[in-house]
Amino acid sequence: MEPLLKLVNVSKTYRPDDHPIHAVKNASLTIKKGEFVAIMGPSGSGKSTLMHLAGCLDVPTSGRVFLEGKDISKLSEGELAKIRSEKIGFVFQTFNLIPRTTALDNVALPLIYTGINLRKRKQLGRQMLKEVDLEERADHFPNQLSGGEQQRVAIARALINQPLIIFADEPTGNLDTKSGKEIMEIFEKLNKQGKTLIVVTHEAHIAKYAERIVKIVDGEIV
Amino acid sequence: MDFAEVIKVALEALRANKTRSGLTMLGIVIGVTSVILLVSIGSGLKTYITEQLESLGADSIYVFPGELGIGGGEESGGIPGAGVANSKFTFNHLKQIEREAKTVKAVMAYIENNGAMRYKGKSHITQVVGVGVDYPEIRSQKVVEGSFFSSSQYNSGKKVAVLGQTVVDELFGEENPIGKKFTISDQRYTILGILEEKGGFAGVDIDDQVFIPATTAMSQFDMENIMSFLVQSQDSDSIPETIEEVEAILLKSLDEDEFSVLDTESILSIISSILGVLTAALGGIAAISLIVGGIGIMNIMLVSVTERTREIGLRKAIGATPNNILVQFIIEAVVLSFVGGTIGILLGIGGAILIGRFFTTTVTPWSIALAFGVSSLIGVIFGVAPAYKASKLNPIDALRYE
Repeated sequence: MEPLLKLVNVSKTYRPDDHPIHAVKNASLTIKKGEFVAIMGPSGSGKSTLMHLAGCLDVPTSGRVFLEGKDISKLSEGELAKIRSEKIGFVFQTFNLIPRTTALDNVALPLIYTGINLRKRKQLGRQMLKEVDLEERADHFPNQLSGGEQQRVAIARALINQPLIIFADEPTGNLDTKSGKEIMEIFEKLNKQGKTLIVVTHEAHIAKYAERIVKIVDGEIV
Repeated sequence: MDFAEVIKVALEALRANKTRSGLTMLGIVIGVTSVILLVSIGSGLKTYITEQLESLGADSIYVFPGELGIGGGEESGGIPGAGVANSKFTFNHLKQIEREAKTVKAVMAYIENNGAMRYKGKSHITQVVGVGVDYPEIRSQKVVEGSFFSSSQYNSGKKVAVLGQTVVDELFGEENPIGKKFTISDQRYTILGILEEKGGFAGVDIDDQVFIPATTAMSQFDMENIMSFLVQSQDSDSIPETIEEVEAILLKSLDEDEFSVLDTESILSIISSILGVLTAALGGIAAISLIVGGIGIMNIMLVSVTERTREIGLRKAIGATPNNILVQFIIEAVVLSFVGGTIGILLGIGGAILIGRFFTTTVTPWSIALAFGVSSLIGVIFGVAPAYKASKLNPIDALRYE
């Protein structure tokens, strides 16, 4: 079976002209459907850059990235945006909710860019909030929610487009231990339901929730 | 992307910074209001003067001293009456025109000056006009009581006067003035009649005039030459012919630059072009404030893009294309200028109506359309640069932005 995501000899170099920084060097990685993978490494190891490349947020300097067998390494910004919109969900360390809008509107936000009408957006948004047990918080604004709740809203937002893969970049980094545990348990549950998950972390106790751990040091997968 | 959603996002973002959005809008509000106000005052003035002149007889021809550059049309820079002090017209010219011009129905001297009227302790300062016996006919203004002065009264320069209704009200009240004596600048005059009311247009009252024989006016005002005269053509079709005839006759004794012959239409076109330039200049100055308002929008949009760098990064990460972001920020700028423009239009119309109580104003649809179009256009023009900046942000850098 075709792997879901395949990185082949991927490198990313920033500022190639003066003082080049090789964030990722010659990395190859294969993710199968339904896998729960942790990308682990100390800060500055290039794990975030690897996630950006795998998550279609960035294109590699060299090497190729295949999503469902399709080469995405040479796509334009607009084309990448379309892929992110339809196939990828993101969860960030700092939640990145829009402060002016309610939890429900934040969850439904990605649907705007896939052209779904308002009624359907609200309906799907409520459904996703239910998945993360925040149904009753739909009309709250982000500043009225705890950190753990905000991250759950962010997870609901990542789920709403039924993505192929969900990427989580240090999802528990800004949370206390208890909330962090809750978030990881949600990820576990999602994985059991068949979701493909990639979590980027530098903490071993977070990485151990995953089935497979990919370690990266100085831009190289070890 | 859903257009209603884009507008909603724009309104939310603007509501999040109410004071800032309000102040930014104020620039556009002031610009649009002043464009509409100034243009409506300018075109009001034009309408007023046109009505005024037309009420004085559309088929009259005016002969003024001096050159009133109507020639090329473009160099039209004079105002009728400008060269009065150097007038070289005499009664001989009048007689010559009367005798020689074939298409002329009537010709009369027209002398204007201000004078102080007095009657039984009451006084009133107004315009004294020296005219010929044909005045009521030329101007189609009837004598409602008494009579106009006769040819013999005119020829012998009698001190007789015919009053406009306003003068009668001011000096005589309920009293019948016919046959009474009053003074104009200390000279005693006998009142012969009262002219039909023509009504006034805001500000200037054409019934507030006193008419005396032009011959009397010459000595009253100590003039050697006639200030100007009025020629009436047989019919409106022969006006151009009459102008040519009158010019030919005057050229026999005067130089080309010592007189001008104009019909109502050419006077209107001179005034129109002067007022047009004036209105355009005022509107242009007001338009500058619109541009300043636009710069205000651009400034605040740049601030907004910087502030919302993380939001832009997030939107891009979850699937917004650069175009989506571009449109969102342009719409935000357009909403700012559009709302500002709408408020400005309402204030402008309100202001014009208010000023209209004291002075003629005409709110022209084109000035509203222009103000509306320009303010929206300003939103687009000044919104593009900040929006483009936003659309070019790299999602990764934007998400990292603190």
